[in-house]
Amino acid sequence: MAVPVRKFDAVIVGAGGAGLRAALQLSEAGLKTAVLSKVFPTRSHTVAAQGGVSASLGNSEPDHWHWHMYDTVKGSDWLGDQDAIEFMCREAPNVVVELEHFGMPFDRNADGTIYQRPFGGHMSNFGEKPVRRACAAADRTGHAMLHALYQRNVRANTQFFVEWMALDLVRDEQGNVQGVVAMEMETSEVYVFQAKATLFATGGAGRIFASSTNAFINTGDGLGMAARAGIPLEDMEFWQFHPTGVAGAGVLITEGVRGEGGILRNSAGERFMERYAPNAKDLASRDVVSRAMVTEINEGRGCGPNKDHVLLDITHLDPEVIKSKLPGIREISIKFAGVDPIKAPIPVVPTCHYQMGGIPTNYRGEVVVHDQVVSGFYAAGEVACASVHGANRLGTNSLLDLLVFGKSSGNSMIEFIKAAPKDLPPLATADVDRSLARVARLDGQQNGTPVETARAAMQRTMQNHCGVFRFKDMLKEGVEKILEVESMVKTIEIADKSKTFNTARLEALELENLIEVAKATMISAEARTESRGAHVRDDAADTPEHPNGRDDQNWLKHTLWFRDANRLEYKPVNLKPLTVETIALKTRSY
Amino acid sequence: MTTRTVKFSIYRFDPEKDAKPYMKDYSVELDSSDRKLLDALVKLKVVDDSVSFRRSCREGVCGSDAMNINGRNGLACITDIDSLKQPIQIRPLPGLPVVRDLIVDMTQFFKQYHSIKPYVVNDTPAPDRERLQSPEDREELNGLYECILCACCSTSCPSFWWNPDKFVGPAGLLAAYRFIADTRDTATNERLDNLEDPYRLFRCHTIMNCVDVCPKELNPTKAIGKIKDLMVKRMA
Repeated sequence: MAVPVRKFDAVIVGAGGAGLRAALQLSEAGLKTAVLSKVFPTRSHTVAAQGGVSASLGNSEPDHWHWHMYDTVKGSDWLGDQDAIEFMCREAPNVVVELEHFGMPFDRNADGTIYQRPFGGHMSNFGEKPVRRACAAADRTGHAMLHALYQRNVRANTQFFVEWMALDLVRDEQGNVQGVVAMEMETSEVYVFQAKATLFATGGAGRIFASSTNAFINTGDGLGMAARAGIPLEDMEFWQFHPTGVAGAGVLITEGVRGEGGILRNSAGERFMERYAPNAKDLASRDVVSRAMVTEINEGRGCGPNKDHVLLDITHLDPEVIKSKLPGIREISIKFAGVDPIKAPIPVVPTCHYQMGGIPTNYRGEVVVHDQVVSGFYAAGEVACASVHGANRLGTNSLLDLLVFGKSSGNSMIEFIKAAPKDLPPLATADVDRSLARVARLDGQQNGTPVETARAAMQRTMQNHCGVFRFKDMLKEGVEKILEVESMVKTIEIADKSKTFNTARLEALELENLIEVAKATMISAEARTESRGAHVRDDAADTPEHPNGRDDQNWLKHTLWFRDANRLEYKPVNLKPLTVETIALKTRSY
Repeated sequence: MTTRTVKFSIYRFDPEKDAKPYMKDYSVELDSSDRKLLDALVKLKVVDDSVSFRRSCREGVCGSDAMNINGRNGLACITDIDSLKQPIQIRPLPGLPVVRDLIVDMTQFFKQYHSIKPYVVNDTPAPDRERLQSPEDREELNGLYECILCACCSTSCPSFWWNPDKFVGPAGLLAAYRFIADTRDTATNERLDNLEDPYRLFRCHTIMNCVDVCPKELNPTKAIGKIKDLMVKRMA
């Protein structure tokens, strides 16, 4: 092994919201930290978040973190761990105020406080009526947050390695994590970044689906690396389909549009959500709204010549409100749907958006396999599963997740690094060699499968077999198909062998990560024979014995998928919060 | 799905094998759902995987896919293919070193951004809650904070081409004014000191290419004008 080694106290992979928030803790603590990112930090996918970040500040009306906690547990369909959820909701006001102090340009109320808008599933007084909890910077909250966090890191002199792609995790014989193997994109040179503590903040993997709101870079790199290193992936059957992607283009239209008064209509012009969620209506939880939309379309009440979408209507709103509170949406709608929402409704369709599952962690950001902490390894943000989102995430809880768990994992790493021996232990080389072999295989492959062929097959399979509604037979067939795709991925080939900024090679390496996520998703989904949150199957229907098809007796547990032989294990949901009473199981309705 | 053929002429350069850059012609078959230039480039990459460009969000908010399109800087992901004269000429952003094909080295651009201290400075003790700011004061940041650092503006600016090491450029100056305009920032004087220099600010000759190309419809020239006004006021 002739790979140069660079040594740090901490290495962070990913410079989106979670990675940047963690980096700030470490840099400000004076620790030698390397932050690796495939893209310049402000290009990370946090930038695309629109509607807001939740915190019970109560700036417009009474609110309480306990109500936020209740909504999050209910939103998760009781699959979320209540210790982590309590931690997140209690911390929310602190981390949001801190972000404001960092320079985040939040919109303001007349009294100068942070502007808050209603959002799906956020209610006051334990589910009573919608509450203004989403702290917003117009409809560009993610952009404003990501830039503010990057700017604060510039102030803190954080050391970035921009356009470096991490390839594999390095573990020693005992399984302790020692860092990552990474490739400099401009030169294709491979280095080991060795560190006392390693954080994955690599984001999601929405690109396993054909139609996704996700950026091209959302290829589940952290999940692929973890899976290859023997770490299980938790609850990967749970994917959020956002109700309002622009039909055809997939680009996101924030739920904040409905928070500001937007209404979903079918081909008859009917506000159909009144039938599905009489109380919360258009602001019901995302899984509920997406299913209602697909039901309308399936029953022939879709819009357009192909009756394949519904309409998001804000033509009744004051044009000034649209221009000041939803300017980005107006821009997207004009550019990608060809309609000005002031004048005409936006064609929308449920689109893959967010991965609730991920690398299992506790609320301190430590990676855990069952109850066992993996020494030196941390994960935060969409790549991680704490689990605060359970079977369905509430809107605005993702940006909150980044802040809370970015910070807490940073703090855990600081503690760990300070207690660790001063010198790094000798580097174990087995994982490094495996990683180099992976790159060498790709560069030497002949008569293989083109990357696009395998990628398209994967995306088509996931889209058709593992969508908003799932079917027993289709899932079974989906497992077979995705394993066939996996064998294609083993022989993917690139024509371009240049060492200089070779994006073909990067896409191939990304596909090797995506396929791990696709397998985990399909196999976990096929095995879970109940309906819960975003995972709804035809053979687990709504019955008096199992309302909404949920089966708590058999399935109130987290899935753990191991890459080795596609083994599934399960672990209990933590129903015990840190300080308050358990939020007891209940049938979910909005 | 109806298809159509679109013709391109694309700047190619791989320093490993090309002595100098050249333009290469391509025809790409597109579906009716391929509406943006980025859709076409992604299709082209399936045919020739060596064509190299940056891209990520594909909705005009990450700033990755800035390039020179028929002589004008813009983002491929929000440019309509059908609005472009064919063959569509695609080149890297002008004025920055080319790493490969459409990928430029943005070091100088970011160095200038960093030079204006792009973060809120406020050393007064932070309150337990948010610092208050009126909606009117917050509105001063509109048209400034939305910058996506794509570099379309700075690489369309002749003053930046001649002096990329000395002139901050429109993106950096827009950011400078974003912090000057923020009522929470207490470093206006230091920020003006930092820019009081024959090159850093005053190389802007209001050519306004920056305003013309900004994909977010921001107005760096106006922000630069406001900084100049503050300089004058301070001298008086």
